[in-house]
Amino acid sequence: MKISRSDVERVAVLARLRLTESETVDMTAQLDAILTYMEKLNEIDTTNVEPFSLAADRPKVYREDTVTNKPDQDGLLANAPDRDGSFFKVPKIIE
Amino acid sequence: MKLAALTLHEASERLRRREISSVELTEAVFERIDATDDRVRAYLTLGRDAALAQARQADLRLRQHEGATPLLGIPFALKDNFLAAGLRTTCASKILGDFMSPYDSTAAARLRAAGAVIIGKTNLDEFAMGSSTENSAFYPTRNPWNPERIPGGSSGGSAAAVAADQCIAALGTDTGGSIRQPAACCGVVGLKPTYGRVSRYGIIAFASSMDQVGPLTKDVRDACLVLQALAGHDPADSTCAPHPVPDYAEALSLGAQGVRVGVPREYFISGMQPAVEQAVRRAIHELADRGAIVEDISLPHTEYAVAVYYVVATAEASSNLARYDGMRFGRRAEAEDLTETYMISRDEGFGAEVKRRIMLGTYALSAGYYDAYYLKAQRVRALIQKDFDEAFKRCDVILTPTAPTTAFKIGEKIQDPLQMYLSDIDTISINLAGLPALSLPCGFDEAGMPIGLQIIGRHFDESAVLRIAHAYEQATEWHFRKPVIATSK
Repeated sequence: MKISRSDVERVAVLARLRLTESETVDMTAQLDAILTYMEKLNEIDTTNVEPFSLAADRPKVYREDTVTNKPDQDGLLANAPDRDGSFFKVPKIIE
Repeated sequence: MKLAALTLHEASERLRRREISSVELTEAVFERIDATDDRVRAYLTLGRDAALAQARQADLRLRQHEGATPLLGIPFALKDNFLAAGLRTTCASKILGDFMSPYDSTAAARLRAAGAVIIGKTNLDEFAMGSSTENSAFYPTRNPWNPERIPGGSSGGSAAAVAADQCIAALGTDTGGSIRQPAACCGVVGLKPTYGRVSRYGIIAFASSMDQVGPLTKDVRDACLVLQALAGHDPADSTCAPHPVPDYAEALSLGAQGVRVGVPREYFISGMQPAVEQAVRRAIHELADRGAIVEDISLPHTEYAVAVYYVVATAEASSNLARYDGMRFGRRAEAEDLTETYMISRDEGFGAEVKRRIMLGTYALSAGYYDAYYLKAQRVRALIQKDFDEAFKRCDVILTPTAPTTAFKIGEKIQDPLQMYLSDIDTISINLAGLPALSLPCGFDEAGMPIGLQIIGRHFDESAVLRIAHAYEQATEWHFRKPVIATSK
């Protein structure tokens, strides 16, 4: 086994996902199969290989740090699940 | 010929000659949607009134001969992970609820600036995660060639809409094949430009080191015209490249003569459908007959691409999808405390495949596993890119199948995530290396399902890809074939 049920339960908390009993069972089996497949990567010796990096061959682009977007408070707040005037209303964070 | 069946360049010519109006064309497209979409189910949202208003504006510009770009007055569909002001954006997920686009994605804004008419938003696998559009939280889209088959994914709605003449052209996104594989499944053209060629501002992020925007169209010339309108630097997207944009149409007239075409042996493996192999080999012969210089090449790390991709893509997805917490937008569940609110909102809002990928990515990034999975995968990814760098010293483009099989049946792979992931085997290396690639029709199998030919180019050399694609298309008639869809009117 590449991954145990308790690993799945731990990762679900890290990912802020509540899994049902049957989801936990299915997830453990499916992730195990996928992670076993990923073992293929260990066939390759990558001792002297630098990890892929996107930034390496791209020119850097600079711009002035100025506000360019139009403020649209109502447009952005229109999608809020809960709001109070011009504020997002969220559950209490500190007990 | 029915107006909705026109290609973009045909429709554009008729509009500019004033033989048709954009309103007539847009109405014809909506009539086609009304007649066929209860069977195809390509669309999630339609914006009729706004589209007709845009069409009237386009007609005004056409009458005044103002800025008659090739896209002026052309009805477009957008995959539902593009923000487009005035239309909801769902990403085919329940977690976004009735999210209204607060602004235009740069791609939508560029289409609008060119005078295009945005008619609606198309179905996809939830958060663009999937190869069949079965992972939509709303409904699966059906392949216009056979309603029992998948249209491919994740841009399955856009591909099906183009194939079914429910739009003139469409946009999609491609992270591991999500434009090219559905294009192959539905018998249309799909182009994934070079990573960074087209702005992703206002596109819902999946895997940020690979996501790219591109067109799905009825032929290669159309793909060329749409790319021309989309390509170029955008200050709002720091990953969007400042490289100059060439005149892509110039490449279309050059033909295949003298182009060095590489054929990688690793893409012709056991397990591929014989009809696919035959069609792709025939296409290579056809290009050789037209003067292309064909050479066998090797991309030795190809077999590791799926494993690399599903580490890197899920790791990036787990991070990108952390923002769906029910606080500032989307769905918020009622719960006892904050952590419970997050967990229940996400549990109720995400579908099974999205949860699976978040779990896999979170695991790969978690303490003690980062080096073994994420860093290892990024090292192998560097080797995959190096394979292409070596190959492109000897050839100008690389030809492969777009997918090892034609469109499979709805339900066939949904219970087996690994089998589903392996249907991307021919497309994902290209995203890992950030290269441009295009799929176009190159035949049909014994069941009448379309087969896709993939053409891969060097970084920022979309011109070579379009050149060889157009040379092949001119020599064949596959792109003229249309599916027959039972209509309800």
